[in-house]
Parts: sequence; C-alpha cells; structure tokens
Amino acid sequence: MTKPILQVKNVKKYFPITGGILGKKIGDMKAVDGVSFHVNEGETLGIVGESGCGKSTTGRMLLRLIEPTDGSILFDNQDLRALPKKEMRKVRRNIQMIFQDPYASLNPRHTVEKILEEPLLVHGIGDATERKKKVSEMLEVVGLTSYHARRYPHQFSGGQRQRIGIARALMTNPKLIIADEPVSALDVSIQSQVLNLLKDLQKEFQLTYIFIAHDLGVVRHISDRVGVMYKGRMVELADAEKIYQNPLHPYTQQLLAAVPIPDPEYYQADAQAAIQFGTLPSPYVIDDSWMNIESERDDLVEVEPGHFVACRLK
Amino acid sequence: MPVLAKRENETNQLQQEEAVSPWREGWKSFKKNKVALVGLGIVLFFMIIAVFAPLLAPYGINEQELSIRNNPPSPEHWFGTDDFGRDIFSRVLYGARISLWVGLVSVSGSVIVGCFLGIIAGYYGRWIDTVISRIFDIMLAFPSILLAIAVVAVLGPSLQNALIAIAIINIPNFGRLIRSKVLSVKQEEYIMAARAVGMSDGRILFHHVLPNSLAPIIVQATLAIATAIIEAAALGFLGMGAQPPQAEWGKMLADSRQYIIQAPWTVLFPGIAIMLTVLGFNLMGDGLRDALDPKMKN
Repeated sequence: MTKPILQVKNVKKYFPITGGILGKKIGDMKAVDGVSFHVNEGETLGIVGESGCGKSTTGRMLLRLIEPTDGSILFDNQDLRALPKKEMRKVRRNIQMIFQDPYASLNPRHTVEKILEEPLLVHGIGDATERKKKVSEMLEVVGLTSYHARRYPHQFSGGQRQRIGIARALMTNPKLIIADEPVSALDVSIQSQVLNLLKDLQKEFQLTYIFIAHDLGVVRHISDRVGVMYKGRMVELADAEKIYQNPLHPYTQQLLAAVPIPDPEYYQADAQAAIQFGTLPSPYVIDDSWMNIESERDDLVEVEPGHFVACRLK
Repeated sequence: MPVLAKRENETNQLQQEEAVSPWREGWKSFKKNKVALVGLGIVLFFMIIAVFAPLLAPYGINEQELSIRNNPPSPEHWFGTDDFGRDIFSRVLYGARISLWVGLVSVSGSVIVGCFLGIIAGYYGRWIDTVISRIFDIMLAFPSILLAIAVVAVLGPSLQNALIAIAIINIPNFGRLIRSKVLSVKQEEYIMAARAVGMSDGRILFHHVLPNSLAPIIVQATLAIATAIIEAAALGFLGMGAQPPQAEWGKMLADSRQYIIQAPWTVLFPGIAIMLTVLGFNLMGDGLRDALDPKMKN
C-alpha cells in the first residue's frame, strides 16, 4: 500500500520583514523555502530539524492554518490551496492536528466533553446522544474513562491532557494526522506511553501521520520515513533506517553527531577530538559552510531508491 | 469503530475528584477574601434598598412639609429634612434606585458596545483594528467628564441622557481592554486547535475567544459601575443629569450645598451613600480581580 495520500510540492512561506516608521516591507523572512515531499497512506513521515527550521510552519501550512506563499498541496488528489475557505474547513475533518503543548491546546473554560464534542458539532456528525456516546468511547480508546468527561483540562496531568488532545484529533475519523511535537512537552516517562498510544491508534484506525519533532530518538522510534529540514529547506529524505545508518547530507550527519550519548567515556573522547580542532563540542555550533558553497538552491536528488538529498555530494 | 480495552494510564488519582470549572474556582477564592465579601455585602445591601425603597421609605419621595425645613435628624426624620421639608432618609433610599440603575445600565451598554468593537478590532486586526483603535484614542484624549458634558449638551440635560453619556465615555475603556485580551488569547494554541478542527470564525469568537477574555471585563465592569455612579452624581451636581425633583444623590448634594453650614445633614447623608456604594463596588471589584486574574492563579 504505497498510494500517496498527500503530495506537497515546492511549498513556501515568506513572512514580510518590515522596517522604518512607515512599516514598509524591506525583505522576506523565508520560514519555509520550497519544501516538497509526499506521504503514503498508512505510513508515518517524521520531520526533524532544529527549532526555527520551519518544520512547524510546514505542518501548519498543510492545514492552511498558515497560508502558504507558494506551492501546491494535494490531498487525495485535491489541491487544498485552490479551495475556498469554507471548503477548506470541511477538508479539515480529514486532516487533524495534535499540538505540542497540552497545557495550551485545550480551552481552559470547556469541559473535556465539550472539547471532544465540538469537532462533531462543527462538522454536523451525529445527534446529541450519538455524540455523547462517541465522546465516552473515544475517551476509553485513548486510555481515559468516560468519568473524565465532565472535568476541566486543568484537572488533568500533562500526559492525560495530551491524550485528550489526541482524542480530539480522532473524533472526526481523519485520514491524516499532523502531530506537531506531540511529546516534547511531556516527561520522558510519559513520552513512551503516548508514543505507543499513537502507534496503536495508527494500526487501529489506519491513520497516516506526519510526525514533527526535534528529538531524533523519538522520530526514529515512530517513523517509516524521515525528512530532515534545515533553514526552511528539506535537505534529506529517506527511509528512517537509511537516514540513521547512512546519512548523506552534511547537515544530517552533524545533527546525528550532536545527539547526546549517555556514555561518559564517549563524551570525553569526543571532547578531546573537538578540542584538537580548536572548538568546544556544542550542539549549537553547526558548520554550515556547505550552505555557502551551495549558494544556488538544489532540489532533492534521488541518489538511491527512496533516498533524496538536496546537496551536491563530493 | 472498534473500542479497545481501557489502556494503562499514568494516574488515576483524579478518579474521585469533582469537576471544578474555572468560574467556580474563582468564586471559591473570592469567598476567602473577607474585604471583597464586605464589598459584596455593601452592594447587595444597596440593591435591596433600591428594590424595596417604596416599602422601606417612611415618607413619599416628594412629600413636602414646609414647616420642618432643614430640620436636624430626629426620631421622625432619621436623616433630617431638606429645604423643602422632604425626608432625606426616604430620598436617599430612592436615590439608590437611580444610582444603581445608572451604574448598571450605562456600564452594560458600554460593555456590550465596547466588547463588540474590541473583539472585532483584536481578532481581525489590520485596517479594522486601526480604525477602531484610533476612534478609541480620540475619545480617550478628552477628559471623560468633559466628554460626558459635551454629550449631554448635545442631547439635552436629563437623567436618561446622562446615562447615555456615561455609557459612551466608557466604551473605549472596555474596547481597549478586550482588544488587548483578544490579541493575547488568539495567539493561544487552543485557538489554533479550534481552527484546525474546522471551526468558523464566528464560533471561535463566541465559544473560545470571548469566554476566555471575559474575566478582566467583569472586573473592569464592577469598578466602572463605581465610577459611573460618581460620574452620574457629578453630572447631577452640575445640573446636567437628574432634574428636580428626582431624588438623585448628586443632585441632592448640589441642591443642599448652600445650607452646608446650617444643615450639614442635607449634604452628609447623600454623600455617605455615594461613598459607601462606590466603596462597595470597588472592594468587590478588587476581590474579583484577585479571584479571576489567571496570572495570579498559576
């Protein structure tokens, strides 16, 4: 089953930079600068990158929560960018989103029942009794109980809130779920529980995920394929194992090298090596000289089946 | 849809806990605040007086007895009588009706109009925001009482027009307050989540943005009622509000000020009534601020 459910072509988002007293536009902040990828039905595509690389913006553009500046987004062979606003709202029934911060993504003045019922209400699904039934069913599915329905978000722990966020995303039976850093705000002990829940749900509901994260370990755990983003561009895209075993792009290599390894011996050896080159090991110091050499933009090139890299290789 | 067996859950300690809405939590902490409860008590006290004034007042509102003009407080006339021989106690009781009425109605008016404009300005931004905000700025550039006098001067002096004037001058306060609140609420992730679900702007505004922007408005409204009562009294004092023989506290002060030396009770009791009501609303408002301000909660 490798039918693409979503095809993203050359999507861009430029935010205007204004300056002067008149607020005149003096330039563009290229948050996302020509990103292309596709997602197959039933798979998980991980998108990794450091903060500010445009991965969240990309996720939000897919739902047109942020309007893309350019490019096309084909979902089920339908160009989302061509849809009027009203039609776009209907499409959102099939594409849902899970947010990063479970403390901020739930309306503090609504009960859990209201939060979960609202997607059904908005899309006109079911009558009052059916909706109530579906809410309590969904609470059980994500590992809560229907008893929780009458409570408010502030009465739950972070992990429980994220389960509510996941339940909300599932209410309308979507095909595609965009998970924007769904576990990075949670305790490490809770992260794996939520990740396993997401995996289980994927099998159960035949979901397709786009999993956005900065934690390489988490992405490896959940993804079938992984895309690496840097400064608004996709620099490498391949099967998860290929990315981790055989990273081809210099940035991917450095990103993987920056992953902390819980081994004091290794760290010391690493530090020694780094000092020899006159720099201290820091995950923030990333050599991007290749960016300057490749001043002209490179499209993703398929170097081996399913492995795309956006840089001329030496 | 298949229903799975209940999954392992990190905590179930909440099982027995009752649902606590943020409003109820606010009321809980309000109840603990003694000073605020005193304020609430004063406000309720004046409300009861206002409602039952005809039953409580020993004399009619305009019942004159010229033989007892400017008489000091006595067992027959608790607060004394004014220069027409009217019972000041009865008039103060009836005055509560006018003052609370003016306070509540004018502030409700400015809250409704101010919120409407403020939400639109804050949510849609761009030129709509610029136009509405500049109008607010222009209105705030005038001293409020001067603006009120100008409005009354255009409409003609009467209690009703004073009420309209007070409502108008308070609009920008509420508008700016809710605009700034909406600006911060619309950045919240649950608004983004609501859009991701596929909600329309109208639903997001009324079900998500408005309820989360309301707390400071309630606080501000309570405090604004106090100000509105003073403003109404001030307009009454200047002869731009209530007209004789209406028993309006400010007007009573104005009418009696020439007797302040000979018959201080004619000024004292309406003055105390104004002061107490305003104090009550202010104490209550401060208590509400402490109880509802989310910044203090987290």
